[in-house]
Amino acid sequence: MIEFIPPAFIYMAGALLVPLLRGRVKSAWMLILPVISFLFLINVQVGTAWEINFLGFDLVPFKVDRLSLIFGYIFHLISLIGIIYTLSIKSDLEYVAGLVYAGSALGVVFAGDLFTFFVFWEMLTVSALWLIWARRTKASQAAGFRYLMVHVFGGLVLLAGIIMYISEQKSISLGFIGLHSPATYLIFFGMGINAAWPLLHAVIENDMRRVLSYSLINQVGFMMVGIGIGTQLSINGAAAHAFAHILYKSLLFMSMGAVMFRTGKINATDLGGLYKSMPWTALFCIIGAASISAFPLTSGFVSKSMVIDAAAHGHMSIVWLALIFASAGVFHHSGIKIPFFAFFGHDAGHRVKEAPPSMLIAMGIAAFFCIFLGVYPKFLYSILPYPVDFVPYTAPHVLSQLQLLMFSALAFTLLLLSGIYPAEIRAINLDTDLIYRKGARLFYRVMDKGLNAINRTAERILIGEFLVNLAKFVREAPAKLLAQICQPFWETEEDKADPKAASKKFMKRAQSGFYPISIMGLFAAIYFGLLFLQYIATLI
Amino acid sequence: MDTDKKHIFDNKKNVQRVLYGLFSSLILLLAIEPFVTKHPYFPWEKSFGFYAIYGFVACVLLVLVAKYVLRPLIKREEDYYD
Repeated sequence: MIEFIPPAFIYMAGALLVPLLRGRVKSAWMLILPVISFLFLINVQVGTAWEINFLGFDLVPFKVDRLSLIFGYIFHLISLIGIIYTLSIKSDLEYVAGLVYAGSALGVVFAGDLFTFFVFWEMLTVSALWLIWARRTKASQAAGFRYLMVHVFGGLVLLAGIIMYISEQKSISLGFIGLHSPATYLIFFGMGINAAWPLLHAVIENDMRRVLSYSLINQVGFMMVGIGIGTQLSINGAAAHAFAHILYKSLLFMSMGAVMFRTGKINATDLGGLYKSMPWTALFCIIGAASISAFPLTSGFVSKSMVIDAAAHGHMSIVWLALIFASAGVFHHSGIKIPFFAFFGHDAGHRVKEAPPSMLIAMGIAAFFCIFLGVYPKFLYSILPYPVDFVPYTAPHVLSQLQLLMFSALAFTLLLLSGIYPAEIRAINLDTDLIYRKGARLFYRVMDKGLNAINRTAERILIGEFLVNLAKFVREAPAKLLAQICQPFWETEEDKADPKAASKKFMKRAQSGFYPISIMGLFAAIYFGLLFLQYIATLI
Repeated sequence: MDTDKKHIFDNKKNVQRVLYGLFSSLILLLAIEPFVTKHPYFPWEKSFGFYAIYGFVACVLLVLVAKYVLRPLIKREEDYYD
């Protein structure tokens, strides 16, 4: 009896079989993979680790602790939801890449050493690349290449970091690497700002997927703050928030994916009024939006408040204020903006079919968990790394959260009604990708203006002036010297009267070799003279 | 599909009902605050309506800064990268 098979192996081996299967068998096979893998996972003991000695290093390709287990659970759940969602797409390339991607993610989660970690991390990149390329459009090709470039760079940095760490520690074990310096605070505040900053972008962004991505940065900021505070409550909060976040963010992405699948549009300017033709998608989207905004009775409320409370426990007033600001802001741009501009607002006139059943089922499962975790937080709290004695539903807490959210909603409503709210514009907004998207052209221009200018100047000075003068000097200098030496001896009275014409005459004679004195002879005489002087000097 | 069918928000009255619902819930949320015992960590949490004011001001500031400061700086044509 096989006791345990690592999830990464089940997913990847399963992915290889997908192209060989057809029709319903293929669908059933893909759905059963996460289920089998999950059954193995819930029976595994915390602390299980596989160790292999390889080239003098102890490899631990699989290691289970409570933190990796919670991510293992959510990755299984979300990959199952993802498979259901994509059943209507029917493209083997996407299925295989998707399964390998999920398998690599699980490999990363359960990696017990840095080498295994790196290998799975890179497989994650490659499979993600295939997922992007599977769209087979020119834009997706370009996006894929950009993604590849960024990740190759990131992968190299990671590899360099790992090699430096190994050479310092003489070990490849993956554990708490730690931050114990002023850098801790710097990174920490950076992350706090990270949670609040992308909100500005999100307010004016037109592409709904980018709005969601900005809120993703914001939510990851919450998790990083949780890890940075470093107490049991805050790390629990970060893990819980990651769990909840994966569910509701996927739900939001799936709802926008369904909208794009049916209408072919994703910009806020092209959407609106879709609640009429896609009511279920609208409902699921609203549930995801309520969860990301942390409304009471949704998953976001029971997880995000742990992080915020941990900041309050530590009396970190600036971080706390930033997190509250980020909470209000994320509701404003993801909680309201996404559902409002897609499903309500100005009716763009799309009369399409509701999303296909597979997509609705996938969104329904995610929406169910968003509410289930919010209503019954004990389930989530029981799988957290540390024991939990946190009560999310207290009267002041619920009231303050509702006040915060509803008055943010009031702000949105008033700004929209008064016409101050920035109208969605068909435009793109610059972001850090500017660095590598425009960077190449800028680099070329700098090189062109900079180096080529140096080139031109160098040419002008070296070839245009220096060489010409050098040639002139080589041609004329000996003659000039000769003429000057000879002038006192050959000078006539007539020459003295007109020195200008005389020096011209002597110059001419010297150039044409008229004077019998060789310049070499002169130099030889000087040389011997110097030797003679030296000889005299030695005698004395 | 159902182009002729009237939908819920095609009726202006229903939109107004949503707005009235929002306004009355705001008043309700402020009205019950004195009856809730708070456990503040920070002094400003004690003041009445702190979360309401903070949420409102935060969102208004967010939108104004995004519209009048950030957008003029970073807005480009849609085919900027092509």
